[in-house]
Formats: sequence, structure tokens, C-alpha cells
Amino acid sequence: MQYCTFHLGDQLFGVDVLKVQEVIRGLGVTPVPRAPEAVVGLMNLRGSIVTAIDARQRMGLPPAPGQTSPINIITRTASGVVSLRVDSIGDVLDAESIETEAVPSTAGARERQFTQGVCKLEHGLLQILDADRLANIEITAATDVSRR
Amino acid sequence: MDKDFQASLIGELVVESLEGLDAFDADLLALESAASNPQEPLRNAFRRIHTIKGSSACVGISPVERLAHVAENLLSRMRDGKMTVTPVLISSLLQTADRLRNMMHDLDRTGQCEGHDNRDLIELLHAMTDDGVPAAPATFGFFNLPEPGEPAEQVETPAVEMAAVEPSTFEASAGASAETPVAESSAVATPAPAPVSAPAPEARTQREEAAPPDDGGASRGSASENAIRLDVRHIDRLMNLVGELVLARNHIMQFASRLDPVLQGSVQRVNHITTELQQSVMKTRMQPVGNIWAKFPRVVRDVSQEVGKQVRLVMEGSDTELDRAVVEAIKDPLMHILRNAVDHGIERPEDRLAAGKPAEGRLCLRAFHEGGQVIIEVADDGRGIATAKVTAKAVERGLITAAQAAKLTEDEVFALIFLPGFSTAERVTSISGRGVGMDVVRSNIEKIGGAVDLRSTAGAGTTLRIKIPLTLAIIPALVIDCAGERFAIPQAALVELVWMDSQQRKIEYAAGRPVFRLRGSLLPLVYLDETLRMKRQAAAGEYVVVLRADGRQFGLVVDAIRDTEEIVVKPLAKELKDIGVYAGATIMGDGRVALILDVFSIARETGVLNSDAAAEHVRAETAAAVSQTESLLVIRAGGNRMAIPLRMVMRLEEVKADRIERASRGPVIQYRDSIMRVIDLSRSFNLMPAPAGDVVSLVVCAGKGEQVGLIVEQVEDIVEEAVSVRTSATQPGISGSGVVRGRVTDFIDVPAVAAMHGIRGLEA
Repeated sequence: MQYCTFHLGDQLFGVDVLKVQEVIRGLGVTPVPRAPEAVVGLMNLRGSIVTAIDARQRMGLPPAPGQTSPINIITRTASGVVSLRVDSIGDVLDAESIETEAVPSTAGARERQFTQGVCKLEHGLLQILDADRLANIEITAATDVSRR
Repeated sequence: MDKDFQASLIGELVVESLEGLDAFDADLLALESAASNPQEPLRNAFRRIHTIKGSSACVGISPVERLAHVAENLLSRMRDGKMTVTPVLISSLLQTADRLRNMMHDLDRTGQCEGHDNRDLIELLHAMTDDGVPAAPATFGFFNLPEPGEPAEQVETPAVEMAAVEPSTFEASAGASAETPVAESSAVATPAPAPVSAPAPEARTQREEAAPPDDGGASRGSASENAIRLDVRHIDRLMNLVGELVLARNHIMQFASRLDPVLQGSVQRVNHITTELQQSVMKTRMQPVGNIWAKFPRVVRDVSQEVGKQVRLVMEGSDTELDRAVVEAIKDPLMHILRNAVDHGIERPEDRLAAGKPAEGRLCLRAFHEGGQVIIEVADDGRGIATAKVTAKAVERGLITAAQAAKLTEDEVFALIFLPGFSTAERVTSISGRGVGMDVVRSNIEKIGGAVDLRSTAGAGTTLRIKIPLTLAIIPALVIDCAGERFAIPQAALVELVWMDSQQRKIEYAAGRPVFRLRGSLLPLVYLDETLRMKRQAAAGEYVVVLRADGRQFGLVVDAIRDTEEIVVKPLAKELKDIGVYAGATIMGDGRVALILDVFSIARETGVLNSDAAAEHVRAETAAAVSQTESLLVIRAGGNRMAIPLRMVMRLEEVKADRIERASRGPVIQYRDSIMRVIDLSRSFNLMPAPAGDVVSLVVCAGKGEQVGLIVEQVEDIVEEAVSVRTSATQPGISGSGVVRGRVTDFIDVPAVAAMHGIRGLEA
């Protein structure tokens, strides 16, 4: 199982690499007024209109400080092709050899909604996220967790 | 037998049988009304039911085969002239078609046809077949065991519709025990028509997702060699690709002028080819409106029988073509209108005779193209609608006051019928119901960018006219700016554009809402930035886009108006669609995404469609007829202030001076696929021409047949006011002078100016 990893602040996250179509920087976004907070807007990806989702907002993190040029991880999810907007991209990691643990019960609501597991790496933790759930805006921190 | 093969056979069977049953219905109705010459409809009906019987036998669906067989015997006797055609007979056969249809739907959904007990109908048909002898024993398909007592060699091969087999080959009088085996080689294969395109087998198993095959070409039941059956998803994919090509082409065209001239030629070729490709592919989405009309004669017949009326449905223009999506969208509204007409419009036969009309009422459904749209008219020769009754009902329901009612014109009275909660039906019937009225019909039609109106003469009849756009996929739209972002508004909803200078225009308040006085009537205003909860940008002048929704008008306040463009409509993700105010998204020529506004939803959400505003508008409109304001475009030319009647103005353009070319007739410019004459107003009126710059202001005017570009120094304003002090014409091309906003202004007579330069056809 390989993961495409990315950074939000100083935290490292990963999603199933097989779901990732491409990674693009610098694609303009048209905001959608009155859209849910997690929706940054719509982007033109070679003629297709793709929804851009703010990964920070989904994980309950504050907006990135200062001038940002977010990276778009174009992901195929159950809700269609979306762009996950992240701070920066990491390496593709092979989790075969790494120990994956379940999400601790002490984790916050958001972590439990979207995190599938946690890997202990040499220099920190890698949180594995469920791209489908992350892209499904109807699932929020407040959604009933027992549905998992 | 291989499971997949069986599944694909069943799929084929369902598709063909459903089509055949529709045709069967039409044949039965034709049979009913053509009592003097029944041979052809009889033969057709027989052939269709025969095909269904054979195909279902081949696949091994006995319940269908049994029922079809009995019906076939009955039709056979009828065809032999041994029975007369009666309405009861037709009704039973129609009922048979319905039962077969149900079984087909079941088969389609579940792959099985269980639990259908048709014994009652089978017995009825037997009884009607007159001699009471049970029909020929059911023949068996290849994959079933023979019925007990059946000689094993009796094999019936399915009569393939496409193979031109004469029905007489299968002639068998009822009661005969042997069907002639026919050595048709089509026996073994799936009953697939020969010219079907290769993907047909996959297409069948994926058929559940695709809409029923609305291929443009294959007509129902006829072995047309020019037709193919095609999975609808291929067409959609093609449409998408062409849409993207159009966008890419638009993007390239933006830079076309900067290209190497050699490359420019090729770019132009690509441009033209793309346009043609777009038009061709759009045509594949086109479907004759007759495809949904096919069911209507049956509906009209059933409803008339139910309410005891005699009605004949005449359909004209069934081959008029419309986009597939549009055709789907109007099916229900049309059905509703027809039911209404039969139920409430046409009188009972005795009343009609008493009124000197023929006992049979006539309902005429007509479709034709006009002005880039499709018009569908439903006309009946029934009792018509009495305006007095309408106003009385409207007053009774509190939709307008008696005083307002008195001042309405006939058109305005009929418009009341489309208000929600309005219904003049005396009885609530199960068919038309109460409250599911014309307002729902109208909103369904407006949702697809269409419009509907009604005319009627009491005692003589009513005509409903529906106008719908040819396609939904690519629409012309107006692009506007609001709070720093661009949005697109479908042109179908657009009435006009007004520039609202905050100093000169006052916003008034009626019933707590901001309104704007436009030619004497009050237009409710909606601030787009507020509706979208965006931050208001301070702007000295504001633009009001006057829009029409649900038959009423309101003004949308925006910051700036850009261009009109043909945009490709792309659907939104569900979460964004749920917001409600957006109808979709598009990609502009510069590659950026823009949202398309849903005019109807915005109007509904902000409440500008409520009756108070409507009534006020109605009242104000009539008041407006009395005042004498005009809309004028104020310009400067040759140093003088002039005005052009706004109704003659098509567009305002800024063009590079070098785009104006010389031709023998005079200066011209290439404008939107045509060559347009250009007139320099200052020269026309022998005034001092302005110093030549590299950009020229052009006012494009159009009349009935022609358009012309007027070069002006500057466009100053668009005003709307009662003009005072008019002096008469002093020179050709000027219709007079007046005082506009306190300044003396010459009024330009555009047709006259054009005529001075030899351009005719500008009369409005």
C-alpha cells in the first residue's frame, strides 16, 4: 500500500496513491459564493471543472499563515474528481514495512472522521486519510461517527 | 444457455418489444379511426404482435408469448374480415398492450417475468375471437420443452422485423394446428436487426443506465438502412469532447491576432471546422418531437372516454427536431395541457351540438421552428376562457383587487391563469386536479429557458403557445461582474439592461423592498452581491439587468456588464447544486471558470415573485401605457449631443480603427460572421470629425433586415425619461431636437441616415 504524502503545517498526511491522478501547482480558482466552507472554489483542469477542497479546513486546521501557493492534489474519489489543496507535497511512501496503528480513541472528532490509521515513521507520524470521506463535503466533524 | 447471452437477448427483446408496443398502440388507434380502410393498420398491428410473440418465444418468455399469441389470433381473424372493428375490441387490445408493457418492464428490471396473471384477459380475447376454440397451441422457442401433446417438429421462427418478410407467409387461421415452418436463416441468432452497429451487445447490458435508445435515425419498426442504433452514452461523450474543443478554440481565438500570419490561416480553418463540428454534433442530440407525441393519441383517447367527451387529436410537425433533454422536459407539461384541454376545454358532445359545433372536439398539436426557437401550439375548439370568469376568480382568490381587475388588458387577464393557486375548474377531477395548474406547467417550461402564453376566445377555443430554445448544452449568456467576480446569466431570461446612475435614479421602497421605476412601472430589485453574500464594492453607477422569471420581471443589480457569449453549460457537483442559485458552471474564453446564475431560483429565494409585487407590476404596467417616456442612447458626434432610440440599438462596441476597411459601397467592418456597413455620423451630418484615434466607438443598430454600425465620438448615457420640447426635423437624418437632461439634443432617425448611404432594411 503506497501513499502520496503531503504537509499541512508541520503535520504529515497521506492518501492512497492509486487515487491520485496528478499534482498541480498554480491553478487558478474561481470562488463559489455561499458554498460550504471547505469548498475553495472551482478550477479548470484541461476543460473539466473540478471542485477544490481545502484540506486544512477539513482537518480543522487554521488557514495557512502568510502568502501561500497551495498545491493541488487531483484525486479520484467517490464524489468525482476533486482537488485537495495542501501546503506542500511529500514523497510517495510505501507503508508495507511500516507499522500502522488504529486511530487512538483520544483523537478529536475530525481525526476520527477522516483518518484511517497512523504510521510511526523515523521522524514523526504519518496520518493516513480516507480520500473519499475527505472529499465528501456532507461529512463534517459533527457527522455521526458511528456511521464509519 | 450462457447467462450473459440470455441477459443480452432479454435486453434486446425488451427494447424492441417496447418500441413495437408503442407502434402497436398507434396502429390500433389508426384502426379505430379508419373504419373504412382498415387493412393497413390491421396488417401493421398483426405484424407487430406477431414479432413480439415470436421474439419472446425465442427467448423463452412464455407469459408474454401466450398473451401475444391470443392477441395475434384475434387480429388474424380481424384481418381476414371475419370480425368487425368495435371500440370494445380496440380497448381490449390496448389493454393487452398495457399488460405486455408491464411484463416487459418487469423483465427489464428483474430479468424475470413472474407473477403476471393474464388469464382474465386471455379468456376475454378468446371469447372475442368468436368461435370459442382455444387458440393454436403455444409454439415453443428453441430453449423450452414442447407443450404436452405438441409434435416436436413444430418450430416457429421469430419473424424478424428488419427482414422484409411478408405477413402472409405466416398466414394461419385461428384453430389451425400447424404453423408453417419457415426456413428463415434469422432463426438462430438474436432477433437483432441486421444493420445494428457493433457495440449493440454491450449497449444492451448497459441499457439500464442509458435512456431508451433515442438515436436520431432509426425510426420505429421500419427497416431503414440509413439508421443505426447507438448507445446514447457515445453521443454524450462526443458532445462533451466537442464542447471542450469549442472552449479550446475560444481560448486560441483570443490570441489569434498575435499569431504569425501563416499560422493565422490555419487557426481560422480550425475555427470554422470547430463551428461546423459543433453544429453537426448538436444535431445528433436532436430528436423529433414526435417521439414523445407518439403516446398522446392514446392519452387523449383514454381521457376522453373517461370524461365522456369525443375528441380528435391532430398532430402537425412531429418531425420538428429538438434537443433530447428539452424533449424530455416538455413531455409532462404537454401531457398536462392536453389532459386539461380534454377535461375542461372541450365541451360535452350535447353542449357542442347545442352551440352549433360538431359533436367531436378537435385538439390540434403543432410544432415548428421560428426564429431560432421551437414553437409548440396546442389549440382546441372548445368553450374557450371567459375573461370575466378569470378576473372574478383572481379577485376571489385575492390575487388582484377588483379595481386592478377592471384595468387589465385581455393578455394580462390570460396571464393571471399562470399565477400559482389559480384554477377555474368547476370540479376537481382526478385528471387535472386542483392547484397542479398552469403555474407548474409554466415554471417547468421556464426552467429550460422557454416561455408559454395563452390566447382564447370565449365560445370558440383556446390556444397555448410554448416557445423553447433549441438546445440546453450551449446557450447564449450575458457575462456580468459582481463584487469582483464574473457570472453568466442565460440570455433566455434577459429582458433588457439599464444603467442606474445613483444620482439620477432613485430607488424607492414598496412593501419594504427596493424597487426601481422603469417606464412608469415598479421593478423589484435584487442586489446580487447581497444574495451571494459577497462584500459590496462601492460603485458610483450600477447596472440593472432586467430579468424575467415565472412571467414576472425583476431587476438584478450588478457592478458591470461585459459581453454576450455562447457558453458551454457544465453541471455542478451536488453540494454546489444544492446551494440553489447556480444553474451550472462554464469555462470562459480566457480559461477561467464562471458560475451560471439560476434566475428562477434567485427570484424565488428573494421573494420578488410574490403576488403583491406581481399585482403592483400589473397595475403599474397599465399606468405606464399612458406616460410618454422613451429610452434613448445619448452620444456625442461631431461635437454635438445626439440621441438614438434605444430600441434600434443592438450593441455598443469599441473596435480598433484598423478593423474598418474600405469597400466600394463605403466603409465596412467584419462583424460577427458578416460584413457590416459603417457610417461616420460626424461626416454624415457635415460636422467636425473627431481626431482619429486607434480605437473607435461603434453603435450597432439593427432593423428588420439589416444592421449598420454608427461611428460616434463617445457614448454618454442611456436615459429614460419624458422628453420635453421637441422641434421638428431640420435636416435629413435628424427627426427633431429636444431637451434631454437639461441639454439640447438632436434625435437621430437611424433608418433615414442609413438610407442616405444607400442602406435599406433598417426600418424597425
